[in-house]
Amino acid sequence: MAATEQTIKQVNTLGSSDYKYGFSTEVDEIRPPKGLNEEIIKFISAQKDEPEWMLEWRLNAFKVFNKLPKPQWAKLNIPEIDYQDCYYYSIPKSLKDKPKSLDEIDPEILKTYEKLGIPLKEQKMLSGIAVDAVFDSVSVATTYKKQLSDLGIVFCSISEAVKTHPELVKKYLGSVIPVSDHSFAALNSAVFTDGSFIYIPEGVRCPVELSTYFRINAMNTGQFERTLIIADKDSYVSYLEGCTAPMRDENQLHAANVELVALDNAEIKYSTVQNWYPGDKEGKGGIYNFVTKRGACRGKNSKISWTQVETGSAITWKYPSCILQGDNSKGEFYSVAITNNMQQADTGTKMIHIGKNTSSKIISKGISAGKANNTYRGLVNILSKAKNARNFTQCDSLLIGNQCGAHTVPYIESSNSDSMVEHEATTSKINEDQLFYCQQRGLNSEDAVGLIVNGFCKEVLQHLPMEFAVEAQKLVAISLEGSVG
Amino acid sequence: MLEIKNLHVSIEEKKIIKGLDLSINKGEVHALMGPNGSGKSTLSYVLSGKDKYEINDGTIDYNGKNLLELDVDERANEGLFLAFQYPMEIPGVQTSFFLKTAINSKRKYLGQSEMDALEFAKLMKSKAEELNISTEMLKRDLNVNYSGGEKKKQEILQMSMLSPKMAILDETDSGLDIDALRIVSEGVNKLRNNDNSFLVITHYQRLLNYIKPDFVHIIADGKIVKSGDYSLALELEEKGYEEISQTA
Ligand SMILES: Nc1ncnc2c1ncn2[C@@H]1O[C@H](COP(=O)(O)OP(=O)(O)OP(=O)(O)O)[C@@H](O)[C@H]1O
Ligand SMILES: [Mg+2]
Repeated sequence: MAATEQTIKQVNTLGSSDYKYGFSTEVDEIRPPKGLNEEIIKFISAQKDEPEWMLEWRLNAFKVFNKLPKPQWAKLNIPEIDYQDCYYYSIPKSLKDKPKSLDEIDPEILKTYEKLGIPLKEQKMLSGIAVDAVFDSVSVATTYKKQLSDLGIVFCSISEAVKTHPELVKKYLGSVIPVSDHSFAALNSAVFTDGSFIYIPEGVRCPVELSTYFRINAMNTGQFERTLIIADKDSYVSYLEGCTAPMRDENQLHAANVELVALDNAEIKYSTVQNWYPGDKEGKGGIYNFVTKRGACRGKNSKISWTQVETGSAITWKYPSCILQGDNSKGEFYSVAITNNMQQADTGTKMIHIGKNTSSKIISKGISAGKANNTYRGLVNILSKAKNARNFTQCDSLLIGNQCGAHTVPYIESSNSDSMVEHEATTSKINEDQLFYCQQRGLNSEDAVGLIVNGFCKEVLQHLPMEFAVEAQKLVAISLEGSVG
Repeated sequence: MLEIKNLHVSIEEKKIIKGLDLSINKGEVHALMGPNGSGKSTLSYVLSGKDKYEINDGTIDYNGKNLLELDVDERANEGLFLAFQYPMEIPGVQTSFFLKTAINSKRKYLGQSEMDALEFAKLMKSKAEELNISTEMLKRDLNVNYSGGEKKKQEILQMSMLSPKMAILDETDSGLDIDALRIVSEGVNKLRNNDNSFLVITHYQRLLNYIKPDFVHIIADGKIVKSGDYSLALELEEKGYEEISQTA
């Protein structure tokens, strides 16, 4: 059975609440005091047994963070974040001494992943998907390691890579998202805890989907994910990430930096199904999802494709982008963002065309229900050397009800007369006659909305790996529950 | 099966149905004919539960239940089917997937398990073949870029797969070519049995040559002004609404 179908089935049995992943796990945690300062950064680095250069990198990033203003451009209502009132590191005690095998992992944690449909034990492992499981600030386990390393593929937690592949980490970390990019990027660079590291060697086509499952468990704790994926010449990898968190009344922060590098003829396909806890109907609680994702198509003919399904989080702020440096390189962005109740999303992409004959494609589907606000914000920038660059952008918004909002903010900057940029945008209300038609065929109103919205998103969903597509479709329907009738 | 008494309906303050009575028993086929704007589609929407219509007076009994108290999907799952005069397009939803979803919604309502994928595929294939609908067609998005006639055939495919107890066909014949008209009528006739009923709304007596009605009703200005057997349709063809209504 597809992993994801399993996920849905399992989590559906967890409780009657709307958010099906809202349980929390009882574990003893190691957690330094709240607050953001050099001591905490040193603590994190020491906990991870990091080499000196890594600590210096972090401390430098912290200096940069202190100088940078908070980003202001998003159309979001972000409450002032008190960085001193947050924990920056939390790991289950049992994971402190890096369990050598799954038998040494706290059964409660293994159970958590099983409940989420991500069994980590060898016998039950998902076929065709290698998983890195991140629990709060630490990677729990990575499956299929041996099979992958036989191909020369490195798939491990970033903490591990710092030690085992320092040359790659030094070379590429921060090379796509400079520390000084903006304040969240700098904050993440200072206090990042865990995330995945992938290296695909030259000429290798990764035979399985690589996947990370992020879980925030501890209370009042920020999760600072850092992921780095490098696809060497002529290689291919498809990567997926999934995210959930318990239901809590306080807001929690997930600030991620994800960097992708594709060398000559390499292709990276990056898919996200983001289902962090969105908060309750009144807007209490939920995750603040502040994510910087950026891919560099450094080599000629390289390709990076982002596909995202964003259904969770109280606030989503995220612009997966492509820097198209290599000649003939391609960037793609396929996005579904759903906001219901009091959720806010400000998401989109940046396509920076630098090389010749570079092309990019942007398909964005925003769905708003309840009192939610949903903004597409995108930038297509064609630099003067990017002869023959092409972009196609399509942004469609769908509104359910009268109290929600949809906004489209496309920026286009072109310094090249050979280039061609096409932009299409639509905004529509969910069609009552379509709903009636579906209901006349026996679908209840929620199923009818789910069906129509899934149809609306099809162009995006079909880019997800098969295993994820089923989950995503169900998620689309679930996240709109209660939006009609 | 269906018992409509003294039905008064208005929309946005405008009275459209003005005291309509109609009784349809199990196993019967009733034809409803009437000039444009006389309230035929309105009646079909009221029966299937579309909102925005205000029921000012009257009762509708459906198999012992108060039809007006049931939700749209409950009515559908209780066996009421409407073949739309203007079927809706649903972009991004494959026709076959829509059919499966509809069938399984009904099964769920009836407390049955989902239809096995193979069984479904077989059922769909055989029904589609009967209606001369290609499998290619079923892979396309529901009704999107279908021709007018193709949409009507799709309605009948859905009907035959859901095998309703009470089917309302709103001008299903309009837009069908001669061959399609015959094929669709055969489809309807095949479905006819002693337990189900049909209300066939049409402007053309020709359809009734294929689907022989037990009763023919003429509606004008929101009321049934004349009822009779098949011969009434012939008479209507000859005289037109004006004269018939006057003799009523
Ligand atoms: N939403 C509405 N607002 C105002 N008037 C309406 C509305 N819907 C229908 N009507 C009116 O109600 C009357 C009956 O319409 P209906 O569609 O039931 O006619 P019909 O008998 O099906 O006609 P046709 O043979 O042309 O299909 C018409 O005059 C129509 O204009
Ligand atoms: Mg009509």
